[in-house]
Amino acid sequence: MDYVPITDHDREVMLEKIGVSSVQNLLNIPRDVPRARLQLPPPLSEPELLDLCRQIALSNRSIDPKRSFLGAGAYSHYAPSIVRYIASRGEFLTAYTPYQPEASQGTLQAMYEFQSLLCELTGMDVANCSLYDGATAVAEACLVALRETDRKKLILSSGLHPEYRQTVRTYFQHSDIEVIEAPLQSGTTDLDFLNSSVNSEVAAVVVQVPNALGLLEPVDAIEKTTHAKGALFITSVNPVSLGILKPPGEYGADIVVGEGQPLGIDAAYGGPYLGLFACRQTLVRKMPGRVVGMTRDAHGRRGFVLTLQTREQHIRRAKATSNICTNEAMMALAAAVYMASHGQQGFRELAEQNLRKAHYACEQLSKIPGVSPMFGKPFFNEFALEVPIDPETLNRRLEAKGFLGGLPLARWDAQWKRGWLVCATEVQTKESIDAFAQAVAESCKDR
Amino acid sequence: MEKKHSPGRILEPLLKDLGQDGRRAFQLPKTDLPAVAPETQIPSDWVRSKPAALPELSERDLVKHFMRLAHLNFSVETNFYPLGSCTMKYNPRVHEEIAGLSGFAQLHPYAPDSLSQGTLQLLFELERMLAEVLGMDAVTLQPAAGAHGEFTALLMARAYHEAQGRPRKKVVVTDSSHGTNPASAALCGFDVVEVKSNARGRVSLESLASVVDHDTAVFMMTNPNTLGLFEEEVMKVTQLVHDKGGLVYMDGANMNALLGQVRPGDMGFDMVHVNIHKTFSIPHGSGGPGGGPVGVKAHLKPFLPAPMVASGSAGYRLESPGPQSIGRVRSFFGNVGALVRAYAYIRSLGTDGLKQVSEGAILNANYLKELLRGIYPIAVDESCMHEFIASAKEMKASQGIKAMDIAKRLLDYGFYAPTICFPLIVEEALMIEPSETESRQTLESFADALAKIKHESEETPERLRTAPHRMPVSRLDEVQAAREPNLRW
Repeated sequence: MDYVPITDHDREVMLEKIGVSSVQNLLNIPRDVPRARLQLPPPLSEPELLDLCRQIALSNRSIDPKRSFLGAGAYSHYAPSIVRYIASRGEFLTAYTPYQPEASQGTLQAMYEFQSLLCELTGMDVANCSLYDGATAVAEACLVALRETDRKKLILSSGLHPEYRQTVRTYFQHSDIEVIEAPLQSGTTDLDFLNSSVNSEVAAVVVQVPNALGLLEPVDAIEKTTHAKGALFITSVNPVSLGILKPPGEYGADIVVGEGQPLGIDAAYGGPYLGLFACRQTLVRKMPGRVVGMTRDAHGRRGFVLTLQTREQHIRRAKATSNICTNEAMMALAAAVYMASHGQQGFRELAEQNLRKAHYACEQLSKIPGVSPMFGKPFFNEFALEVPIDPETLNRRLEAKGFLGGLPLARWDAQWKRGWLVCATEVQTKESIDAFAQAVAESCKDR
Repeated sequence: MEKKHSPGRILEPLLKDLGQDGRRAFQLPKTDLPAVAPETQIPSDWVRSKPAALPELSERDLVKHFMRLAHLNFSVETNFYPLGSCTMKYNPRVHEEIAGLSGFAQLHPYAPDSLSQGTLQLLFELERMLAEVLGMDAVTLQPAAGAHGEFTALLMARAYHEAQGRPRKKVVVTDSSHGTNPASAALCGFDVVEVKSNARGRVSLESLASVVDHDTAVFMMTNPNTLGLFEEEVMKVTQLVHDKGGLVYMDGANMNALLGQVRPGDMGFDMVHVNIHKTFSIPHGSGGPGGGPVGVKAHLKPFLPAPMVASGSAGYRLESPGPQSIGRVRSFFGNVGALVRAYAYIRSLGTDGLKQVSEGAILNANYLKELLRGIYPIAVDESCMHEFIASAKEMKASQGIKAMDIAKRLLDYGFYAPTICFPLIVEEALMIEPSETESRQTLESFADALAKIKHESEETPERLRTAPHRMPVSRLDEVQAAREPNLRW
């Protein structure tokens, strides 16, 4: 199946008009360039393609979301049906970046609304309309901080998701920027380390809230230490947690980034996701990525345009604030529909259910002999447990019972041999949590 | 008759103005756990004192709002979208159904390999199919977009030169290159040098030879270039750079023109990225998501980012990187949902289908160029590949009509505008890429509209300068938007 509508008759008419005898004659490819002879599988009709792809999809073993307790950076939430519907509308889905605003007011207003909703959620002044994902958003925030402060050091809390830290290291490996990792003290950022290492050479301190182990960080103390030395305070957040948690704008964050996947976006084996970026007004001209602004047309009517484009690569080339061009606009649209579907009270209830169910799960699991919380500090919807057997073995046993267990923390840090990171969201029920606790208890009996 | 609007009109209220406290578009299941105060679970100073002010709407009102917004957009599904360098081809609907299959959509990125065999198989096969199409030895699927692919490849190039014991500082780009080329090179810490194109819009071997030296890490080249021209001396260009020990990178944004005809690897390129949201029909999504897989030759394979998919007797698995890998360029595996669509596209078309794509794109572009002959001057008027550049410079000289005015007037005729004012080396450029999925009749009506606009430029030039007239809004004040940014409600 191809999608080329050119018939033999069309081809004849067109070639005649052009004045050549075949399409090959149009290819001004010199003789010294070898011609391709591709070896690809044979073409498929739509029914054959669907059949093949359904078979492949079935080779992934699906787990009922109620029976999955794995988070660790990608979370299972109910997505209202209209999220997928709106994000699949061709008028949004098959449009390009809105370079011609008069023919793109739908996208532009939706992106302005996404920016506004994200500002409400984070308590920040301004937001852009998406970066690639949570990890690259942290790297972009670091670039802003380096430019703003003209300093050369970054301090990343070890509570920042390990893949985000690795990504930041990749982004700066070639440069003279020094990336320092602040260790953890009982699961949260070591304040003594920060006090002694944040100095006038540090551009930014980056922490994640809740952090990669699910814990709330001592943000007020970190903010004080960071700002006392003129560094920027960057936080990476889980947007769903902001339904109940104090927003970063209230605890003095300069830049807020995060993974927007929890806002109604499929897990999809890691992407496409949504890089969130919001900041203080004073940083607006240093932001990366597309930004939509409100303006007027020649008749005084309200309209929206891409704005502050002189920051961007297509104008500034080598001097741009970022190289980003294609972003994740459709995911931002999905997130906007998701946030508006819940509304103020609904979003609070969503976060409360996450909090409640995760705490119930933690209580139930902690009753199992040999299982206990690793840190005993406040958390949102994810928590680390110490378990009596190898967590990899535990997960295999749970898989046999139809459960997807938590993340064995040794994959992130070898010191946590018996560490197991468990997540519960609104999709779990008391019944599924109880069944999970029982399965864990049974699986832990046999050492 | 053209629509009249009263001043001060609002097309569609903002979400916040549509909200009414107490309405709901979505209801969570009631929890079966007894309620407790949040303060008993987290410290009270952590509990948000005021809920986030998200508007509350009914499902009906929310759908109405976004549908009304949808109707204000032009899109590939509703309009011809000849946006040069963006390859706005039709996006097969079946791909949406496939990507939405729960086996793909619900899979957690940390699901064990035993539960992820289907997705791993698909990614493994896609890597190999892309390597075949590009003539490369290995492919990473991780980059989230073309610019991300450029960045990834340039980091690999840097690591490669360092591993040879001779770090290099310079990246050479052409003056017709996409803005992302120099921006990505700068982000990697390279000094960026621009090389001038010759009078026929191509890389000049002489100029190139004068800037490429033993400090040149990479020469970045777009082929066909942004004027829609095949770089005739490509074999000599890649040889010249290799002779100095440099690497050659192909910006594969225009790969649609080459599918099944020639392969970047066979032209001597060491690295290439391909925009799957252009060439492989992933919908552009009003700006994203897309994907920018990077193909490399064997000598760059050790530097690929982590992780890769491998296959063995126990099935498919994710493999950790070797010691020379540049590391991780993002979280998790990549824009897998987009990659699933690219896989479906290549499997639908096969070898012959891909060739028909490039031939269709080239035929459509040349036919449209022919229809415009004598009406608009064409920059470098030779057989083109998938796109060509018309220019408004004559209309500017005679009537003061700019490319921008033509673009805006085209909207009135129901066509999205070509890319304008790019590449920077053509005065008042209109970069037109019809793609292979448009019919002859569509191209003819588009050419008619451009001919009418030419006529209008002589008869009623003011009509062009103030266009558009039939769109929901007229020309917007971008200066005001940038001077006093209003970026949120």
